[in-house]
Amino acid sequence: MGLQHTPEGRPVALANPTSRPFFDAAREGRLVLQRCPRDGFFFYPRSHCPRCLGTDWSWEAASGRGTVHSFTIDRVGHAPGLGAEVPYAIAIVELEEGPRMTARLVDCDPDSVHVGQEVEARFEPLLDVAVVHFTPRA
Amino acid sequence: MGRRAAAIAGIAEWKAQRVWDRPMFMLEACAQLAQEALADAAIDKDAVDGLLLPPVWESPMFGPSAAAEYLGLAVNFAEVVDLGGATGAGMVWRAAAAIEVGACETCLVLCPTVPPPPQQGGDPAKMRMPAYLGGDAWGSPQGQFEIPAGMVAATPSFAQVAQRYRAVHGLREETLARIAVHERDNAQTNERAIFRGKPITVEDVLASRRVCDPLKLLEIVMPCFGGAALLVTSAERAAQGPHRPVFVSGFGERLTHKSITYAPDLLDNPIRAAAGRAFGMAGASREAIDLASIYDCYTITVLVTIENAGFCKPGQGQDFVDERDLRRDGDWPLNTHGGQLGAGQPGLAGGLAHVTEAARQLMGRAGEGQLRRCDLAYANGTGGMMAEQVALILEGA
Ligand SMILES: [Zn+2]
Repeated sequence: MGLQHTPEGRPVALANPTSRPFFDAAREGRLVLQRCPRDGFFFYPRSHCPRCLGTDWSWEAASGRGTVHSFTIDRVGHAPGLGAEVPYAIAIVELEEGPRMTARLVDCDPDSVHVGQEVEARFEPLLDVAVVHFTPRA
Repeated sequence: MGRRAAAIAGIAEWKAQRVWDRPMFMLEACAQLAQEALADAAIDKDAVDGLLLPPVWESPMFGPSAAAEYLGLAVNFAEVVDLGGATGAGMVWRAAAAIEVGACETCLVLCPTVPPPPQQGGDPAKMRMPAYLGGDAWGSPQGQFEIPAGMVAATPSFAQVAQRYRAVHGLREETLARIAVHERDNAQTNERAIFRGKPITVEDVLASRRVCDPLKLLEIVMPCFGGAALLVTSAERAAQGPHRPVFVSGFGERLTHKSITYAPDLLDNPIRAAAGRAFGMAGASREAIDLASIYDCYTITVLVTIENAGFCKPGQGQDFVDERDLRRDGDWPLNTHGGQLGAGQPGLAGGLAHVTEAARQLMGRAGEGQLRRCDLAYANGTGGMMAEQVALILEGA
């Protein structure tokens, strides 16, 4: 299994050697992304750049800002461990650096979420990793 | 003129059921489907020299040889196909291509979706899709970045497509509802449909429970059990059978992503390339088709597939749907078996059902639901999160 669960039953990531730097930074409240010198930023963490398959990428700080590319409000709670949070908004966020990332939108009214909304990352350390959320920018 | 080397010559299909009253192992279901498809095509089992099947539960490794052994086959071509909802359509073109290059002559295409006998007694299980859909394997990107964010199962992903559609083009919920209603109407003449005898109205759809905005309950398939199979053989052998041969005239396949998060474009999806190749290979025009058999796990899937397969321009799908009657006696028959929205989604068999229905119509065997004329059909499969895409052009001999 590639998941671990909190005592409350929430599934969270099981970090691996490739993704460990992402989660270590997230635990400290920082969003980091890999950047290929030729093709720019990519997400999720990979051993090879998905455009050129190069391995000379580096980890770089990202702004943590992005916009809502799309979203849904899950009113039944498909995700095990999130039943108590229903209804919750899940968004595909387009990061300022370019890549897309899926995250829950927290600290906001789900019914106020809209495409194009400006959001910023929030980090929730859990076990030895962290879950990245986004929240509307003030 | 498209390809004429291989044709569908036999069909087997089981009635979809929410609870399956005769549990069987997958190998047992393969044997039963093979027996029925061969009988339908009036082809002797010894003629089978090709085998296409999904991952085999009783043999996670060496699945094709396990099935060949169990069914008592000696085959020259065997493959496990793992394309989700596009698996059935993907098997059909693989069979046709293998036949055309001479790798084999007669292929079984098998898609069983039944529960195994319970190990220690107990009631037969209800069909439920596993929430993580295999995304929780060690090292899986989904397990690290999608599942913890709540992006599991399929509905939240397709809802993202619908919400993006709303933002870019505007979404008319009545139009999406109409797709579900017309498909449900079509299901009324399909004896295998789970929703036969239960027509619905646009108001019913709009009033159904909101599941993942903007998708509502009646825009979402009902998972169930079932099974479907096809016998694909050479044109020469098919011509000797009892049915009008159905040529696999053109095909295309395209994959670019697994998670919808990483789709190159949420609205311009891989079916565009797959359908383009299929129509091009068949030398067929979009206007010439008599039946659109479009994979329909959700109403939004149909809408974006109509656009991406080139039946209209991006953003014009809703006008296209509103201007047409999608029922079997309408001017643009869609999913005459009711689609999976109307007939149920028996796993991989639900995907193959879009091909079996097209073949049935082209053979003139659709019974009460038979189209007045059907010589050319478009059938497609969508696997995963608008991810694996296969398009077929099927043509009656
Ligand atoms: Zn690169």
